[in-house]
Amino acid sequence: MTLALAVDISLALLVLAVAGWIIAVRDTFAAVVGFVAYGLLLGLIWVRLAAPDVALTEAAIGGGLTGALLIGAAARVRKTETAARAEYPGTLIRTLAAILAVTVAAVLALGILALPDPAPTLAPAVAASLATTEVGNPVTAVLLAFRAMDTLLEAIVVLLALIGVWSLTPDRVWGGYPGPRRPVDPDGVLAWLARLLAPIGIIVGLYIFWIGADLPGGKFQGATILAAMWLLVIGAGLADTPPVSRIWLRILLVTGPLVFIAIGFAGAITAGAVLAYPEGYAKPLIVAIEIALMPTLVLTLALLVAGAPQRLPPQ
Amino acid sequence: MSLVLDMFTIIAVLAGAFFFLAGTVGLLRFPDTLARLHALTKADNLGLGLVVMGLLPQAEWPLDAFKLIAIWLFALLAGATVGQLMARTARRGRTTS
Repeated sequence: MTLALAVDISLALLVLAVAGWIIAVRDTFAAVVGFVAYGLLLGLIWVRLAAPDVALTEAAIGGGLTGALLIGAAARVRKTETAARAEYPGTLIRTLAAILAVTVAAVLALGILALPDPAPTLAPAVAASLATTEVGNPVTAVLLAFRAMDTLLEAIVVLLALIGVWSLTPDRVWGGYPGPRRPVDPDGVLAWLARLLAPIGIIVGLYIFWIGADLPGGKFQGATILAAMWLLVIGAGLADTPPVSRIWLRILLVTGPLVFIAIGFAGAITAGAVLAYPEGYAKPLIVAIEIALMPTLVLTLALLVAGAPQRLPPQ
Repeated sequence: MSLVLDMFTIIAVLAGAFFFLAGTVGLLRFPDTLARLHALTKADNLGLGLVVMGLLPQAEWPLDAFKLIAIWLFALLAGATVGQLMARTARRGRTTS
């Protein structure tokens, strides 16, 4: 047995063990912590599968952002958790749920094991057509040229999620500031970290965004890092969340998808198909879409974590 | 020469792994939050530091080497800050265990 195989097997076993533990553990908060670790381990597995793009996204979105969302949710339900436990479903329901989950997993496993060898793939087609997009990273080419529709819908889905979060706002504070007011301690260790880390983090985020055209990286991963830096500054009390009634905020939130849709429909006229790019203009148009999507994604992801407005709007 | 460097890598990474192991044992065995934090930060600082130091001769000079050192510095920064915050919360008597 080679060393690499040993690492792979222990990673797989570890992921399975963490997944089992997340299901078995009683405390919601502990389950969330387990979920974050699970996301990071999955990221490592994607690295082992030579898919650094997926690994970055899994670590940033799956582990980091979703983890932050779930920690917020766990903190919210903590007060009512014991009361909710009284309404725990009975053994029959839980057994049925377990059978359903195991069946789904088994069907998925069968589907994957039954794939012909070699598995059907479009990778050679992508590699052959990569040059027409002038983008160096095949993943970016798939996301923004060959399957641009998926990415467009993804960008709209996160926006819809934010609207869903905002719709939970009590009427009284509609248009107000999301999240609680953070205590300001200008000499505190968190404020110090925010001052030191935010400039570096912004550069790293922009770098990962920009490098996505040619190497693993891209707007989602970069936007998550930028959103995290913004949330760090907000969490340290050095800045406040913008009131959701701000016009500039709403314009930026819809700019990304609108630019994407506009360029997509322009493709119907100039290139003969919706979301197609005219010859020779693929790279600049892809970059334009990415740049337009970037602020939208940063704001959406950060405001998703910040939550529904809790404080009165400015007079 | 490369044999010496490889030996250095193996020894340093093993030493780093030892500190991670010791940190994990401390995390599981130490009695209270502050002592557990103490064990954990040792793993971050020394363990990761030794692993990075061991990997430096294997990394491509200069970019990859600088990235490795930067990763260690960021882990130091994050570990020290979060350790402070958790210790402060623990001293205020909220549950952190």
